[in-house]
Amino acid sequence: MRVPILKQGDYLIASIQSALSDQELMQLRDDLAEQAGRFRSRGIIIDVTVLDVMDSFACRTLRSIAHILRLRGAQTAIVGIQPEVAFAMVQLGLALGEVQTALDLEEGLALLSRRTERGSGSEK
Amino acid sequence: MKNEARVTIVSGADIVTARLEGRQLAAEAGFNGSDLTVIATAISEVARNIVEYARNGEILLSIVHDGTKRGLRVVARDDGPGIPNIEQAMQDGFSTGRGLGLGLPGTRRLMDEFVIKSRVGEGTTVTATKWIR
Amino acid sequence: MARINKSTPNTVTETSLESTAALLRELVAHLRENRTQLREEWVRRITESKLLTAMTREEIFAEATSVYDNYVAVLESGSVEALQAYARDLSERIIPRGVETHEVVGIVLLLRDVLARSLFKKYQSDFGLLNRVLDAYEPAANRIANTVAVSFVQERERIIRQQQEAIRELSTPVLQVRERLLILPIIGVIDPQRARQVTEQLLRGIRANRAKVVVIDITGVPAVDSTVANHLVQTVDASRLMGATVIVTGLSSEIAQTLVTIGVDLSKMKTVGDLQGGIEEAERLLGYKVMLEQTAEKLP
Repeated sequence: MRVPILKQGDYLIASIQSALSDQELMQLRDDLAEQAGRFRSRGIIIDVTVLDVMDSFACRTLRSIAHILRLRGAQTAIVGIQPEVAFAMVQLGLALGEVQTALDLEEGLALLSRRTERGSGSEK
Repeated sequence: MKNEARVTIVSGADIVTARLEGRQLAAEAGFNGSDLTVIATAISEVARNIVEYARNGEILLSIVHDGTKRGLRVVARDDGPGIPNIEQAMQDGFSTGRGLGLGLPGTRRLMDEFVIKSRVGEGTTVTATKWIR
Repeated sequence: MARINKSTPNTVTETSLESTAALLRELVAHLRENRTQLREEWVRRITESKLLTAMTREEIFAEATSVYDNYVAVLESGSVEALQAYARDLSERIIPRGVETHEVVGIVLLLRDVLARSLFKKYQSDFGLLNRVLDAYEPAANRIANTVAVSFVQERERIIRQQQEAIRELSTPVLQVRERLLILPIIGVIDPQRARQVTEQLLRGIRANRAKVVVIDITGVPAVDSTVANHLVQTVDASRLMGATVIVTGLSSEIAQTLVTIGVDLSKMKTVGDLQGGIEEAERLLGYKVMLEQTAEKLP
């Protein structure tokens, strides 16, 4: 199942609906890269509210997605990490590095609009 | 109410299956929500190691007891290449693949008990247990 | 040729599984046929033994009917899974009523005895057959008693844990002082389990309050070792994953030094000397401007 991607002005919003298979994650990466390039998006939101586990593979993939998107000129924000998932992530030792995070979609859009206004590449 | 589950691990989809079985079993045992996620995460890590390094293996999940304590035991077994240097493998960031190198040391952090046995050419077995506090 | 006359056709060790099954089927049939009077006798003995005093006679009778039927069903099927499910269900109902473990064990043993006596009465004319029947019945009956007792105890422990969890939640130290701002004052020495629980509460609080800033005050923490330090770092990191900015206040220079020595990267957390300062910094981050002699006014 392909992750639906919504275009909202300069932003793309990808809402993950259920546990993603490896292929689906790769597909998401390719879809976002393609669309970000096509629409010259400035910001990408990946909503992981529904994910009940974030393991090292998912983390690694999200970071690589953000990296690819940055090469296309877009900033990425991961939103919706749930309390239990956040807690398990830090115990596992996962970090999202320079990938920004926000509480939810609203906050994510606010964050990206602040960042993209100031220009690209500011760290968290 | 079952006390154990066995999941064959060959592909990425099996990782999700193992996680769900683990979550279900752990919920049966009485773990709280946060621990369910911790356990599912640990299962995801060891299952992924099997997929990435061993091609196939299996994960055995069982509800265990120690006196009045109840817990969940995860045994991840494979017939893969084995780990030449376990100590090195248990260090954060060490990876022979594309991984983050957190799977084994991370699982040890997530769970209460952690034992790893591995021999080059013979495979690897990780046994990890979490107890209900 | 002399005929060997055995007094009993089979000894216990020669009883095949098949004949045990056949015996069980026979005694299950007997227990079903005599269900009404055996159940009544059981309830009478329960009342005589002053068990289940927390329940009314009607309630005891209703539960006794279910337990009896489940008991016989397990004897028939040999499967305890259905029994475990029932036992948990029963426990969930009667534990809040104040029924205790010894009562549950007591009534199951009484049932075992009532049924055993009934079997005794039925087969007493054939001692050999009686022995075989009891040999088939006893292990099954004991397994049932054990299963019910264990399920009850486990259910009880689960409920107690739930209650303890609820109590701990009530005594939550996570405070919301302003919109989008949470304060977590940590006082004293906290054991790892409590620390974990507090972190979980904080993270849930961030979601519930949509907090953008969290102030963690450790003024009241006497000493910091690597466990506490790790815990603090994890709490900060997890909060940031949820999009919240964390300000740590009350960091004495000794503790700061300890953290650095342990290897904590202090640059990843904002630190302010005291709680008040931390709150002001938080308000600044949130866009509040505090005006003298006026209440804080949010900037557009």
